[in-house]
Amino acid sequence: MAEKKSLGKEFTKGLIRENPVLRLVLGTCPTLAVTTSVTNAIGMGVAATIVLVCSNIVISALRKVIPGKVRIPAYIVIIASFVTIVQMLVKAFVPALNTALGAFLPLIVVNCIILGRAEAFASKNTVLYSAVDGLGMGIGFTAALCLMGTVREILGAGTFLNGIQDLLVLFGDDVLGGWNGFDFTGGLEAVGLQPITLFILPAGGFFVFGILMALANKIAGGKGKPKAELEGCGHCPMAATCAMCKDGGEKSECPENNNENKEAVS
Amino acid sequence: MNKLTVSASPHVRSSDTVTGIMLDVIIALVPSLIASIVLFGFRSLLITAVCVGCCVLFEFLSRKIMKRDCTLRDLSAVVTGMLLAFNMPVSIPLWMCVVGCFFAIVVVKQFFGGIGQNFVNPAIGGRIVMLVSFSSAMTSWTEPLAWLSGVDASTTATPLSELKNYSGEISDTLPSLWDMFLGIRGGCIGEVCAAAILIGGIYLIARRVIKPTIPLCFIGTVAVIMLIAGKGDFEFMAYELLSGGLLLGAIFMATDYATSPITTKGKIIFGIGCGIITSVIRLFANLPEGVSYSIILMNILVPHIEALTKPKPFGTEKEKKTKEEKAS
Repeated sequence: MAEKKSLGKEFTKGLIRENPVLRLVLGTCPTLAVTTSVTNAIGMGVAATIVLVCSNIVISALRKVIPGKVRIPAYIVIIASFVTIVQMLVKAFVPALNTALGAFLPLIVVNCIILGRAEAFASKNTVLYSAVDGLGMGIGFTAALCLMGTVREILGAGTFLNGIQDLLVLFGDDVLGGWNGFDFTGGLEAVGLQPITLFILPAGGFFVFGILMALANKIAGGKGKPKAELEGCGHCPMAATCAMCKDGGEKSECPENNNENKEAVS
Repeated sequence: MNKLTVSASPHVRSSDTVTGIMLDVIIALVPSLIASIVLFGFRSLLITAVCVGCCVLFEFLSRKIMKRDCTLRDLSAVVTGMLLAFNMPVSIPLWMCVVGCFFAIVVVKQFFGGIGQNFVNPAIGGRIVMLVSFSSAMTSWTEPLAWLSGVDASTTATPLSELKNYSGEISDTLPSLWDMFLGIRGGCIGEVCAAAILIGGIYLIARRVIKPTIPLCFIGTVAVIMLIAGKGDFEFMAYELLSGGLLLGAIFMATDYATSPITTKGKIIFGIGCGIITSVIRLFANLPEGVSYSIILMNILVPHIEALTKPKPFGTEKEKKTKEEKAS
């Protein structure tokens, strides 16, 4: 946090570099569950973004009031309030989306992205920065969901933006002349093809997820953490509790860390 | 005159190469290929050719794109293509073969690092993707030998789906056991002719490419369970052994080096596990066939089987004891 911050940077980092789904691997449950169609993906993404921005603002504003020891319950209460509001709004104005998302709409409460940003960013930064961070992360989340939804819906069901009227209801009846998405199934059948059902199933979701993650790593030039952090006890998941790690980890007797010994033995 | 050669170990090398082993597997698959052409016509040769071609092409392209050295010469892509083709019904549309080959080679094999690194058998992975995605096309069976009389695509049930309704008596609609052995029944192109598969299997065992442990344990377990399920009816047991992809799976797919245990003890556990899962799926699940699912599930368990059956190095104490000593 020592480096100079700019609003633009905080906004764009959520898109690719620190994309919550593809790079930080947060919120995978809704990602895999709702991305069977682009319509659901957009609905989920927008709902989560609204909750994320609002909760980031409130948590950031209250960051000096909330005692450290009870911060997680406090965050959850704040997030849950916004989720409840969003769910009621969705039920009232886009009821079809509420049925499509089912349990995953109220489950935004326990979405790791929202709690993760509250803990990692909003609790340490000012209101403006937190709002921008939330917006960037939310748009990154929505974009990742839409990308996955596009691949899975086109390959798995042979449609694109199917059921988009469920969302467009928000802007009135018969927007875009009642257009309800593309449907390629007829065209595919005419040339003897059919959708690859696997992509609609959870297994196909994992395939697409893995491939998109690899692509995001490639684009972000990701080699994971820089190498300096991986030396010594930096790579060890037990570093915080390990007794051998106390003297900096460099000269410890930790077998995981003793590279010279390993080489001598082999 | 110095007659001593100084070199690093190993000093005794086997003359086996990956290419040689894969060539043996291809030779062992040829009888089944010939049988499939006789039974289902030249379309089965076409399917095999398309699958082999696609697998080789995908292997070449993915190695090229990932900037790794070309591994076409080890012939493993050819074996994967042949096995995948043998797992399809003869009426399958060719573009579905391409999708299956893509999954087998690119997703299952090359994404995990190429030959020897695949986490499940590539051909089985490809088959299951196709089975889940195109279930109707993957389970519409053509009557064998129908192509000779010019009758086109008359569909038939597989013996397995008829055996599903077994209640004490084998129905008359099933082909005779001798027909089952020769492959005159509905099924995938490479799995129907038990005789041809057995010839291939005996060739592989004679050439020491595979050890008979896994196939024997796999088939033996299915035999025992089916004997119990059929209340001692040997005819039912024989039908179960000869139907479906049991022989093809047990001999050619469960014995894949990269996805089966190394030790004999591990191989026995692996084979018995495959047999149990296959029988349970055949007897109790909605699916008629369970060989591919059983192999894929046991493939995933292989690292744990290996850890359990790690042999004790000569001259050392049991591992548990040394751990206790360390703790004290």
